[in-house]
Amino acid sequence: MGSASSMLTQYDIEEVQEHCNQIFSQQEIVSLYQRFCQLDRNAKGFISADEFLSVPEFAMNPLSQRLLKMVDGLNFKDFVAFLSAFSAKASMQQKIEFIFKVYDSDGNGKVSFMDIVEVLRDLSGSFMSDEQRENVLCQVLQEAGYSRESYLMLDDFIKILGSPALKMEVEVPVD
Amino acid sequence: MSSSSSSGQLHSSSSELDLDRPNIEDYLPSGTSIQQEPHGKLRLRDLLDISPILTEAAGAIVDDSFTRCFKSNPPEPWNWNVYLFPLWCLGVVIRYLVLFPLRVLVLTIGWIIFLSSFIPVHVLLKGHDKLRRKLERSLVELICSFFVASWTGVVKYHGPRPSMRPKQVFVSNHTSMIDFIILEQMTAFAVIMQKHDGWVGLLQSTILESVGCIWFNRSESKDREIVAKKLRDHVQGTDNNPLLIFPEGTCVNNHYTVMFKKGAFELGCSICPVAIKYNKIFVDAFWNSRKQSFTMHLLQLMTSWAVVCDVWYLEPQNLKPGETPIEFAERVRAIISARAGLKMVPWDGYLKHSRPSPKHRERKQQSFAESVLRRLEEK
Repeated sequence: MGSASSMLTQYDIEEVQEHCNQIFSQQEIVSLYQRFCQLDRNAKGFISADEFLSVPEFAMNPLSQRLLKMVDGLNFKDFVAFLSAFSAKASMQQKIEFIFKVYDSDGNGKVSFMDIVEVLRDLSGSFMSDEQRENVLCQVLQEAGYSRESYLMLDDFIKILGSPALKMEVEVPVD
Repeated sequence: MSSSSSSGQLHSSSSELDLDRPNIEDYLPSGTSIQQEPHGKLRLRDLLDISPILTEAAGAIVDDSFTRCFKSNPPEPWNWNVYLFPLWCLGVVIRYLVLFPLRVLVLTIGWIIFLSSFIPVHVLLKGHDKLRRKLERSLVELICSFFVASWTGVVKYHGPRPSMRPKQVFVSNHTSMIDFIILEQMTAFAVIMQKHDGWVGLLQSTILESVGCIWFNRSESKDREIVAKKLRDHVQGTDNNPLLIFPEGTCVNNHYTVMFKKGAFELGCSICPVAIKYNKIFVDAFWNSRKQSFTMHLLQLMTSWAVVCDVWYLEPQNLKPGETPIEFAERVRAIISARAGLKMVPWDGYLKHSRPSPKHRERKQQSFAESVLRRLEEK
């Protein structure tokens, strides 16, 4: 017989859809819910860091620790909202906001030189020295008209990443 | 170019530690690791644009091929209308109240016959090794037939039956421990398996040891070396039972095949592939060891109508000149997957029990760092 525990009502789905600005279709939300339940092994209502790391493809990602801070303990609604930036229907603004949030780890609305260096550290690990990272960043910042001391705002990110358009899309499998 | 030389170093340094641990990158099609390298001068945008990595991470959260390999498939409900529902109820009554007790009886009789002849043979025929081994072999085949009968196994065997000769190893895809029982009822294989607890462990260490089975503990690295040695000794013997290995090292849901451990392919023997495909019409034969014990799994099988499956004994394969054991393993995996209609995924089944080593992440970091440094110099 059907698995009653993993059923969403029409109300639930609409509520979630509203929460993510109608980015996902009802079917997509149903399959995201199935995935959520699959990852949330003990049905706690959220996915723990350890459960995220049980997906090897995620655990191998250089930014996984940084992303974990963003997704740790999310309930289903926020989980969907988190993923909505990756929908083909999401605006470029939304995608860049997401990237901005990854950089802005303290959430103060601006990205400092050191914020970027830290992301670079995640990306390059032990294969670049701190000095190398800072030099590289200094150089490209200067060429783009910024300096080591300047803070990058969301608008700057939109200017830098906005055109040509980013490709950041993940398709939700619907069966 | 530099990445290939560094992978060589990685191998030599870690070969001692993980004797049989495959390196995922070795199995990935070479095309994926050498993606189209971006060229041209490095700009701020190139450094800030982390969208490909984020996309990968989100993609893994939404769906990943690894978790899919170990997902039990819920049975399709068919009792959805008024006419079928009573029929289904009747089926439940028959399955649980008629078939199940009958099967328990069959299995009990089987065990009585088996034990009452196995113990005397084992004890009394101490001096006559050859005769004793032959009798024990047929007795183990017998008890396995009783097991198969206890879930009304409808097994179709295709291809020539395995014969006993030295220097050959049988490898098969792995869905449940019942794979072993199904293969064992035809031929007394000596199997390499994870050591279990409880009554299964007891059987392993008493009866199955007599057909030459070898047990190990996945988590013990010392065990791996001992097993490797035992393997090499076993295949040389002429009167040993043919060796059966499940190179995936873990049960997969019979829709996918995960990477084969290369151990079996390094022995210098002919590899005889065996493909097993279960028909899910009555019951899902995948043993999800995380969710249920083997006893519960057996009970589930014993209360179903039947276990339907196909077994193909495929043509023996040998290492081709110039082929590495990993390439050989992948070739055999492709043969088995094609025959049984399974999808190949580039994952190590042991990741079910442990996290991927930081090596894989370092690999990505290395290629990022190299690309940045290289592009910085380009003008």
